[in-house]
Amino acid sequence: MLSNAIKRCDVKTSDRCAVRVEKLRKVYPNGTIAVKGISFCVKRGEIFGFLGPNGAGKTTTVRMLVGLTTITSGRAEICGYDITRYGKRVKKHIGVVPDISNLYSELTCYQNLLFSAKMYGIKGETARRNVEEILRFFGLEKYRNTRFKALSKGLRRRLTIAAALVHNPRIVFLDEPTSGLDVVSRRLLWNKLVKLNSKGITIFLTTHNIYEAFSLSHRVAVINKGKIVAIGTPEELSRKFSVREVLEVGFYPRNPAPQELLDSLRGVLDAKMNSGRLELIIDDEIEALESLASYAKRRGLRISLLRLREADAEEVFLRIIGEEK
Amino acid sequence: MIDELEKAVYIAIKDLREYYMKPGSISWGILFPFVFALAFMFRHGGLTTWLAPGMISLALFFGATSMSGMSIVFERRIGSFERLLLFPISYTGVALGKTLSSFFLGLVSAIPVFLLAYLFIHVAPAHALLFLLAILLVSFSSSSFGVLLSFIIREPEQVMVVMNLVRFPMMFLSDVIIPVSLMPRYLSWIALTQPLTFMTETIRYAYMGSCDIVAPLVAYTVSFIMGLLFLLLAAYAIKRSRA
Ligand SMILES: Nc1ncnc2c1ncn2[C@@H]1O[C@H](COP(=O)(O)OP(=O)(O)O)[C@@H](O)[C@H]1O
Ligand SMILES: [Mg+2]
Repeated sequence: MLSNAIKRCDVKTSDRCAVRVEKLRKVYPNGTIAVKGISFCVKRGEIFGFLGPNGAGKTTTVRMLVGLTTITSGRAEICGYDITRYGKRVKKHIGVVPDISNLYSELTCYQNLLFSAKMYGIKGETARRNVEEILRFFGLEKYRNTRFKALSKGLRRRLTIAAALVHNPRIVFLDEPTSGLDVVSRRLLWNKLVKLNSKGITIFLTTHNIYEAFSLSHRVAVINKGKIVAIGTPEELSRKFSVREVLEVGFYPRNPAPQELLDSLRGVLDAKMNSGRLELIIDDEIEALESLASYAKRRGLRISLLRLREADAEEVFLRIIGEEK
Repeated sequence: MIDELEKAVYIAIKDLREYYMKPGSISWGILFPFVFALAFMFRHGGLTTWLAPGMISLALFFGATSMSGMSIVFERRIGSFERLLLFPISYTGVALGKTLSSFFLGLVSAIPVFLLAYLFIHVAPAHALLFLLAILLVSFSSSSFGVLLSFIIREPEQVMVVMNLVRFPMMFLSDVIIPVSLMPRYLSWIALTQPLTFMTETIRYAYMGSCDIVAPLVAYTVSFIMGLLFLLLAAYAIKRSRA
């Protein structure tokens, strides 16, 4: 039966992709082209990070995948089943955490979770057991009878995530689950996500935070302006885009133009002014330092500042999406 | 099918928990029809047997539509309406769930008005079972109408304004207050296009033993078909809302 095939998605289906997306496009009625023909495959059992800055098209992509918005063109399959055709069946086996915590404010934690369980067709004792389990898993037992509206932001987020898990889905979509949370809540959620994944649940996680994407995901797709600009394991992406080091330099009596340095030096990938300081992004420090010394000598300049530091993750991110800081 | 019905009931229960105490549901859904009926009573020196069915119909209509307005517009605004679309349930199932919660509030609104009529007119409905059926029918059709109407309203603050902009003309143009048979010709034609006219006629027939203008069977059939039609259109509106 179809439904069982989806349920077994993590065990045995002809398709190794839990989520397969081909040339997916989204044009909103107002003409905004939010997603411009993206393709990727989320492997069964992995944590797949979907990383991109605000407005990149992450939410739109998730909404298409879970049936909250129409697909303009292209295909999306969950465990081999087209989501437009088999929407209702597919929905049974996926969990979705929207980008906002949108549970029902007058309902208590328990009532909210039980409602979700029932809407997924889980009944009676099983439903209550699932709810108890998930309350425990997220450490929410003592808020059982607290109304959603009375919870703190972090707890609301936690409960919204819990509500997406009461029916033991095989695949969970989380749209910026940790956005706006404090460090402690964020860490706690990260741990929970890893734990869920170790139980075999495939996780599709969107984030604009490169630390989050790189530290949690097995693979990361980077999306910018509706297009996927890079895809790979965090290691592959770091190797490919990482600018290992940044060299801050200063010359006396004056700094040359960044472009001139870029043209004259070896081992330098990029040169730019950053808040009044000259920064060189280097891939070979020995070569860069040697050529820097001979350049200064040639031009009769003195080096007045020289400091080597690691590139921060944000710089790597900006580099991947091809934009300057 | 059973499965869809069951989930629709869960949605309705959830809605009732969430919205029955909201000011909009109480003031326009429950208080207004009652106060309105009271006012008429004093003006006419008592609720006439003519007015009673109209007031009951009005209470069902205002109660039901207020609830759908609250529950849909508000949820759509804060984003929790979409949760319903994540569950394995059809759009019609969701529309039915929303209709059921409104249906229930419609019934609740009608109780005080019914009691008022009963106390002051001392006339029991002519056909008790049919009266019950008519009440259920009117509440159902009003509910699906309210659900459909709610989809054109964007801002929660405007719910009651827009609702009333639609409800009041419907009330005065139908035969809730003035018998169609006494209306000028052109107005009576307009009254015959009003859903509320047919709905009220079902209650009137069951209550008084006679209709004002349309045959009882026509009134019941038209009310039911309209209710279904509104429900299907509401399901379509939900589907379309995923732009
Ligand atoms: N309902 C909508 N109608 C029109 N444009 C939209 C809508 N939702 C999002 N957009 C636009 O689509 C683009 C992608 O948005 P979104 O998917 O929300 O990005 P992200 O989640 O990565 O921040 C943005 O330019 C946004 O303004
Ligand atoms: Mg987003």
